[in-house]
Parts: sequence; C-alpha cells; structure tokens
Amino acid sequence: MTYLAKPKLLRTDAPRNTLGYTRRDYEGAISTLCAGCGHDSISAAVVQACFDLDIEPHRVAKLSGIGCSSKTPDYFLGASHGFNTTHGRMPSVLTGAALANRDLTYMGVSGDGDSASIGISQFAHAMRRGVNMTYICENNGVYGLTKGQFSATADKGSKSKRGVVNNDTPIDLVALALQLGASYVARSFSGDKEQLIPLIKGALRHRGPAFIDVISPCVTFNNHAGSTKSYDYVREHNDAVNRLDFILPRDQINTSYAPGELRRIVQHDGSVLHLRKLEADYDPSDRVAAMNYLQERHALGEIVTGLLYVDSSAEDLHRHLNTVEKPLNQLGDAYLCPGSKALDALNASLR
Amino acid sequence: MKPTNIGGHDYFHKVVDCQWACPAHTPVPEYIRLIAAGHYSDAYMINWRSNVFPGILGRVCDRPCEPACRRGRVDKEPVAICRLKRVAADLKDDITGRLPRPQKTNGKRIACVGAGPASLTVARDLAVLGYQITVFDNGAAPGGMMRSQIPKFRLPDDVIDEECGYIIGLGVETRYNQWVGSLRDLMAEGWDAVFVGTGAPRGRDAPIPGREEAAKHIHIGIDWLANVAFGHTTKISKRVIVLGGGNTAMDCCRSARRLGGDDVKVIVRSGFEEMKASPWEKEEAIHEGIPIINMRVPKEFRHENGKLTGVLFEIVRAEYDAKGRRSLIPTGEPDEFHECDEVLVAIGQENAFPWIEKDIGLEFDKWDMPVLNEKTLQSTLPNVFFGGDAALGPKNIITAAAQGHEAAISIDLFCRGKKLDDRPPPQFNLVSQKMGIHEWSYDNQVSEEERKKVPVKALEKTLKDIKLELEMGFDPFMACAEAERCLNCDVETVFTGKTCIECDACVDICPTECITFTANGEEDDLRGRLKAPAKNHDQALYVSEDLKTGRVMVKDENICLHCGMCAERCPTGAWDMQKFFMQCAEAGTEARRT
Repeated sequence: MTYLAKPKLLRTDAPRNTLGYTRRDYEGAISTLCAGCGHDSISAAVVQACFDLDIEPHRVAKLSGIGCSSKTPDYFLGASHGFNTTHGRMPSVLTGAALANRDLTYMGVSGDGDSASIGISQFAHAMRRGVNMTYICENNGVYGLTKGQFSATADKGSKSKRGVVNNDTPIDLVALALQLGASYVARSFSGDKEQLIPLIKGALRHRGPAFIDVISPCVTFNNHAGSTKSYDYVREHNDAVNRLDFILPRDQINTSYAPGELRRIVQHDGSVLHLRKLEADYDPSDRVAAMNYLQERHALGEIVTGLLYVDSSAEDLHRHLNTVEKPLNQLGDAYLCPGSKALDALNASLR
Repeated sequence: MKPTNIGGHDYFHKVVDCQWACPAHTPVPEYIRLIAAGHYSDAYMINWRSNVFPGILGRVCDRPCEPACRRGRVDKEPVAICRLKRVAADLKDDITGRLPRPQKTNGKRIACVGAGPASLTVARDLAVLGYQITVFDNGAAPGGMMRSQIPKFRLPDDVIDEECGYIIGLGVETRYNQWVGSLRDLMAEGWDAVFVGTGAPRGRDAPIPGREEAAKHIHIGIDWLANVAFGHTTKISKRVIVLGGGNTAMDCCRSARRLGGDDVKVIVRSGFEEMKASPWEKEEAIHEGIPIINMRVPKEFRHENGKLTGVLFEIVRAEYDAKGRRSLIPTGEPDEFHECDEVLVAIGQENAFPWIEKDIGLEFDKWDMPVLNEKTLQSTLPNVFFGGDAALGPKNIITAAAQGHEAAISIDLFCRGKKLDDRPPPQFNLVSQKMGIHEWSYDNQVSEEERKKVPVKALEKTLKDIKLELEMGFDPFMACAEAERCLNCDVETVFTGKTCIECDACVDICPTECITFTANGEEDDLRGRLKAPAKNHDQALYVSEDLKTGRVMVKDENICLHCGMCAERCPTGAWDMQKFFMQCAEAGTEARRT
C-alpha cells in the first residue's frame, strides 16, 4: 500500500478510448492492500478491460462482499456504482439489482472466503439462476484479513506460512460453476494479464452468468514454498488450454492461423472470441468434457487456465422470467403497482 | 537489448535531464530540495562550486536546463530552475566563511586575459590550489561582458561585484584598465601558462546602402549597450529600430525603451519561432510594449542630409530544403519602409584577436579562430589555453564557466607535467533514500501546482529608470512552492532483478505507465511493445537482466515522475529509490588510477 494518491500528471500522449477517457479515468482510490497483492493486478486488469471496451463507468455496478478481494472495487472504476454487501451476500444483492435495472453492467467481485465458505449457497444459486453478470473470484487460498488461515479453496496437502499442512478437501469454484450452469467459465492468474484481460472483456460482453476464478497470490500469507497459490507454483503448474483474443464488432479481424488452430465464437452482441488452441483436443463448448478435463488435470497437480467453457447462445434470468425490456426501475409506480382493482381482476381470472 | 549498465555515472546522470543539459552539470535537483527546505546557503554553495556565479546566472542564464526539464514533458511548463537559483543567492546568509582558503602558494604564475566569466572561473579554481593568478582587463572592474552588455535592469552591478569579489578575494591579482596589446609581449613575461578569455568583442555590422551616410544614427548593439552600461549613453531618439533577433537585440530594445524610445520595434529576418532570443526574453520585450516584426530583411538605410529617416525592408518567407536548411525567399510583395530616428544593429557577434601575433606559433583556422583541442582547450602553443566565447565561438555565461573549469584542470595538469588527456572523473554516489516502509528522505508527493511567475515591479516605474531591476525574485513561499514542482529526477529508480517476483505491482501503480515486463528484443521493437510506447528516442530504456519467467523489466525513463510508487508497491524491495549525486571534477582532483 501507499499513503499517497497517484499524481494526476498524465503523459501527454496517453491513449484515449472512443469516449475520450484515459486508462487513468477508470481507476479508483489508491489501494490499501499489501504491496505486491495479486488483487491489485486484477483491479488493473479490470481497468484495462473497461477502458478497451469503451464502457461508460457510470453504467457499471460493482458489488462485493467482505474480505481483501471485496475491498478491491474501491480501487477501480471510481465513477461507477458500488455496493459492499454483508459477508457472502453479494450474489443475492447483485441478483436483486440486476432484476431492478437490467441496463447496467454488473460486476461481482468476491474472494475464496466470501464465495466458497460463508457465501457458497449464494454463489451456487446466482449461477443456477443465470444472472447476467461477470463474477470474479480473487482466489488466494487464505483468509488474508485474519492472518492467513486456510480457506475452503486451499489445496489438500499445501502448507501454510507456519508450516501447517491443510488436510481438508478443496472446493473448486470452477467445477461448481460448470456444474451449476454458468455459461462462461474461465480461470486465470493475476500474474498473467495478457491472459486475464481478454477473459474479463469476454465476460463483460457475455450474456448470462460469467464466472472467472483468478488465482491471486497473497504475498503476505501464501507466497512461500509449499503453497500451491504462490507466484512461483502457479507459473510452474499453469496449464493454459487456450489463449483468448477478444474482438469488438468494430475491430478489423486480421489473424492468420492454420485451420484447426483457431476457434471463433460470436457472442450475442456481435463481439468475437478468438481462441487460439494450446491444448489440441480441448473443446470449450463441451461442458461435460470440460469438467472431466479439469478433474484429470487437477489430479496431476496442474492448474487449468483459459476459457474453459462458453455457451454463446445462453440466456439469462430476465429471459427465464420473461420480464419486460424496459428496466423495472424506470417503469414508474403506477405501472409497477397498478392498484387493488387490477389485483382483484387478476385474482378473479385465476378463480 | 543488453541489460543497462548502471554501474558508472553516465546512465543515471542522463536521467537527471537538467544536470545533463547544464554545461557545468550543476546538481540541480539537490539544490532545489535545499531551497524547499530553506537551506539557502547550502543551495548557494552547491551552485557556487559548479557554476561560480549563482546570483548572476539566477538572473540572466540561458538556462539550457529548463527546456530539458522532465516536468516540461508531463506538465505545461518546466520548473523555474533559473529563478530558484536566484532565490538561493538572494536569501542566503553571509557565505564568506564557507569559501575555500587558498593553499600555500606553489610558485606557479598564471595570466588570465580578460576578467569575464571564463577567466574568473579559471582564477577561482586555480587560486584555491595555490597558483598565483593575475587577471588583466581593459575595464575598471571585473565581470567582462556580464558587466558591459547585460542591462542593469536585468543584472544590477552589486550582484556582479559580490560574486566577482568572492573570486578576487581568493588572492587574485588584478590589473584593471590594462589593455593587453600583444600576446608575444605577455608571454615574454615568463608566465607558466596564459589563459585567454577575451570573449567575442566585435559586433557584426549591416553593410547595406546608406550605412555610412547615416552612420551617426546607426549603432552596433553591443558597443551601444556597453556605453549605456557605463553611463556614456543616457538617451536615445523617440523612434528606434533594432535589427536582429537574439538576446542582444532584446537587451537593446528594452534598454532603448528606458532611455526615451517611445516607439521601439524589433525587426528580424527570421520567423518568430526561429529567433535566437530565448522565449522568455521575447516575452519580456513584448510585455514592455515592443513589437517584434518578422520575415523582413533590411535593404537600405534611408537618409536625408545625413539624418536617418528609416529603414527599407524586403519581405521574405522561409523555405527549407531536404536537409532542413533554411533559405529566405522574397515574397514579391512591395518593400516595406519603417520610419525611425536611430537604429541598433544586433545581428551577431564575432571573435577578434588583433592582439595575438600570427607568427608566435599559435595557429588559427580558416575562420580566424584559434586551433584548440576541444576537450582540453589547449592551443597549439602548449602553455596557452582558451575559454568562453573566445574559445569555440560565442555561447553564453554558463558555457564560459564550464570551459573555465576544464581549462583550469588542463592548466593544473600542464603545470604539474601531467598528460592533459587524463581527465579526472566526476565524483558521484548513489544512496538509498528509504527511511521506513513508506517513508523516503525526499518529498515524493508530486506537486500539481503551476509554474510560479516571478513578481516584477510596475512597468511605468521600471521604464523610467534603466538601473532599476525589473524582477523582484521569488519570496520564500513562492520559492518553496516552485521548488516542490521539481520531480527529484536525481532520486533514481534502481531495479534489482534477482529479488523481483514479477507480481506486476509496479506496473499497475505507475502513474505514467513507464514500466513493462515483456520478452526482450531489439530497441526499436521493444520501444513499440511497451505498455505506453516509448516514442522519445532521446530518453533511455532501462532494461533489466533476464528474470525468472525469461522476460525482462523495461522502464521508459522519459516521463518517470520519480514518485517512488513502484518502490512503495514492491513487496520484495526489488525497486529502490536511490539518490544520485554527481559533481564534476575540479582542478586538483586526481585522475582515477588504472
């Protein structure tokens, strides 16, 4: 952390997006996390993704729970809507917000404690329901705010900073998300922005529940030998199945790959996901195969990263509920609450 | 690219743009910090050692440091380095006790011809070492062209007296009012070495029709300025045209304005931007109600019965050939006539050495300039050295001081029978500024204030009195605010690849996106691949050795704010902020033993 605010001085040739904003305009307050925290890199990746996508900051709602990870929305998109919920309750609040105003871009930011322990039921149901959101779990395997106890995602056999071995079976949120119906599922690493930024962009432009599990080393409590979530361990065991290039409809596509090397997926809004294959047989549209692959590699001690599953024709909660196109919060009281006569008429029609 | 060699002084010196640009390599950020802290005398002495005339230069320096200032690349204007130097001179305590005491005499006698900045610098550097110095000048007081040509409203006499006095006070013998008419005769007096610092004393003339007929009303700028400086000229006609676009022209027009010229115009051959005068001097002239008319080549002085009536100008435009050379092409418009009563010709200065005999072994080149070793400033007569405008052509005071230092080193080596090419290296060190987890021994918060303007006296007052200094200098509060604008470029970002865990914390926090971790490559390729492309090729890339992932850290030095945020965010201390302090060698410093 640092006590000083970033100087406002800007390079004169700082790039601007089509809205006229610089990257700096997507930043938030100065981070108070430990120096070197992976979470700060994820914040920087979010900043870059939103800048690249020309997202209007005031059209984004960022929601989080409790924990180091859940502090981070303060450190990016300073001009967006924000909500710090009670511990683990972010998915419910996000669901409610998304139902009330479907026009905003929803970003849920959580951690392994917030999502895999206290909030695991909330996590599960938000995925099940198909809420249109980008759900990022900043996963470091420890409770950083309470001095580094193992969290529910810590691998069995991994060692704490004090040398204690974890004997509990880990929860893999990616596996859960796949099983529970998330339609865009990815895993990445805070130390690899080249992989992470396009994954966030793809998620932000995906319709339906998009989940990204980002392994984010805790430099203070979980970056030692014996940890399976340290910078070194993740770099050594990273098994990236593909590399994503995210392409906006307005961008020119000029890639030259031999047939079979590249998979092209068009999302509902016309944006294109270019997946360069790193694992020849990996098929990101096959959910069952993805789940199998994940388990196989996990058994070998490898960390599977990349865009693991995507269903570009997925539908979201609003479609399931058949809600009107206009956001509910813009409908007006008279329309939303038509009065007792209308209720009586409705009741009568069901008798 | 190969890993950057940060071992010597060159790499980090170049990062300190102001110090690199200063001919005397004054440690600028160091003295600016001292000014912010109120240690004016310390700030003065750092300047005094490097550039000898802080009070003078703080008023009239050409300030090559300011266009180089990094702040100018991230903010509207650079730090007011020059005027901060004046603050140190204005607000210091009595510093006579801090001046060096001359060592016991070594019996060597050195003659310095001219009492300008170059000669006086030689005198100071050598007098301290025990040399017996004698300074010759045809004027009545030391200072040379600083005294004779710079108007008093910019540089009052008492400032010159004080700073020249510190040098003369080191036991330097002076022979004022003595014109040295023959180098042969001077050499015959048996000096161990002779230093020539006679400046560029001849003003260039404009030999166009009417020049001779109207001679009474046409003056050479530098001669006229000297007459004004010494009180021989006290008034000028109402309508004055100044020919020329350099700083002398600006001094001429502003002096004329103060001596009765109501309608003073500067008329220049070149365009406004290409004028040689410093931008701030042009601004000041305009501020005093003097129009600057560009793209006019003087064609004829018009006169009636020996009285000047005006000047005829041809209107031109500039054209540049493929090599960027300019030629002035007449536009074909009818010539323009400007009425006036007097003309000041300030179109350049030339060297002249009528007192140096051509047959004593001192060679001159085809431009009648002495043949010199540009590094040692030694002439073809081994015991004769040159410096200042007399050496390599007219430049400025700070260059004269820098050359004075070099000549003094050469003279000292020469008198001790050593090789002149063994130049003593500068002294430098690099020390961590870390005081605590987020504490540095420098103020790393970047000020966002705008450049402060130096307060000036009311125009109606100053235009009436040519000796009244226009600028009042910064007060301590303004000085502190301006000093805080300095980015502390001498507090260097030093990277240790061995301890880096490549967490990207520095990349994410850097406010100007200077840092990138990427695969190594050739320089041009790397420059294009950085987080923010490094387009300023004058500024170095700092490249680390290969890191664990096989990538390298590349930092574009161009617009680093030296805020230290990379070091504050670094979990392993791979980044550290270290102060680079370098002072050039002085005469008497020993060359490094090899």
